[in-house]
Amino acid sequence: MSRIVVVTSGKGGVGKTTTSASFSAGLALRGHKTVVIDFDVGLRNLDLIMGCERRVVYDFVNVIQGDATLNQALIRDKQLDNLYILPASQTRDKDALTREGVEKVLEDLAAMDFEYIVCDSPAGIETGAIMAAYFADDALVVTNPEVSSVRDSDRILGILSAKSRRAERGEQPVQEHLLLTRYNPKRVSEGEMLSLRDIEDILRIRLIGVIPESESVLQASNQGIPAIHLKDSDVAQAYADVVARYLGEEKPLRFVDYEKPGLFKRLFGSK
Amino acid sequence: MSFFDFFRGQKKASASIAKDRLQLILINERSGRNGPDFLADLQKELIAVISKYVHINPEDITVNLERQDALEVLEVKIEMPQQAEAR
Repeated sequence: MSRIVVVTSGKGGVGKTTTSASFSAGLALRGHKTVVIDFDVGLRNLDLIMGCERRVVYDFVNVIQGDATLNQALIRDKQLDNLYILPASQTRDKDALTREGVEKVLEDLAAMDFEYIVCDSPAGIETGAIMAAYFADDALVVTNPEVSSVRDSDRILGILSAKSRRAERGEQPVQEHLLLTRYNPKRVSEGEMLSLRDIEDILRIRLIGVIPESESVLQASNQGIPAIHLKDSDVAQAYADVVARYLGEEKPLRFVDYEKPGLFKRLFGSK
Repeated sequence: MSFFDFFRGQKKASASIAKDRLQLILINERSGRNGPDFLADLQKELIAVISKYVHINPEDITVNLERQDALEVLEVKIEMPQQAEAR
């Protein structure tokens, strides 16, 4: 049985694609056969973040419309041989994602023994986002510590609990996990940024991890390498923790407290 | 906080303002979300019907659905103008 995980947020630019790339790579690193699907039809970007943009021949919509087989469209990751990418189409309109078409692709992927199917949702609450969320078993709700992102996440949580397949069938609800990204402990300590406790209080879902704001995310996307591969960075370690928690391990939160720089660092340190 | 900020005094932390604002707006939005979709249409049609007989402003009609345990109460409030004139 495969597990379908949607990475969603409502708001754009909060780190959905960064998270989809690192989360799926993290599952593959842990030995799970994983596929990550870009649902952002028209604005494909997962391929760039995963560094496979030049190997895209066929895409998700080609498969749905029967112009290509899944095997032709799936791209094997350049670093992990149990990770595959299904890119979004760039040209067609988003109505190409029909519920029946998406369902068929997900069933076929499950039949190919994928353990995890990660769905990278587009921003907004249009067709692409609804389709990415509809079949989900689990959801990573990516949220920035900022008012509009928190509000949009709440909106998405409402959609997951009312309009997902699990909700329609009256099954166990979608497992919702809060993932805070671009978290800046220094600004939180100064009372300038919503804290993780504040956001947990407001959204009332389980926190699965906190990704600190970091320069490594840009470095990773510049090179087309999921951030989880930048071994010594705090972002990579934070994503590895998220994957471990998702797989049921207990991991204390890291990179959430601000340490005042010592005298030496203040005198000689740069940042 | 720098040396000089210490003398300027503490301003109210903006994060707590953000939290208060979010909690307020989300209470509102969540209650609207769980309600049925027909409320807005019902309100529109009520305005149309009542406007046939009485001059009222659209804001004078409010439609609310409240839930009290197992009971749902549909509340329709129509504020009539002071001297309601029949057409």
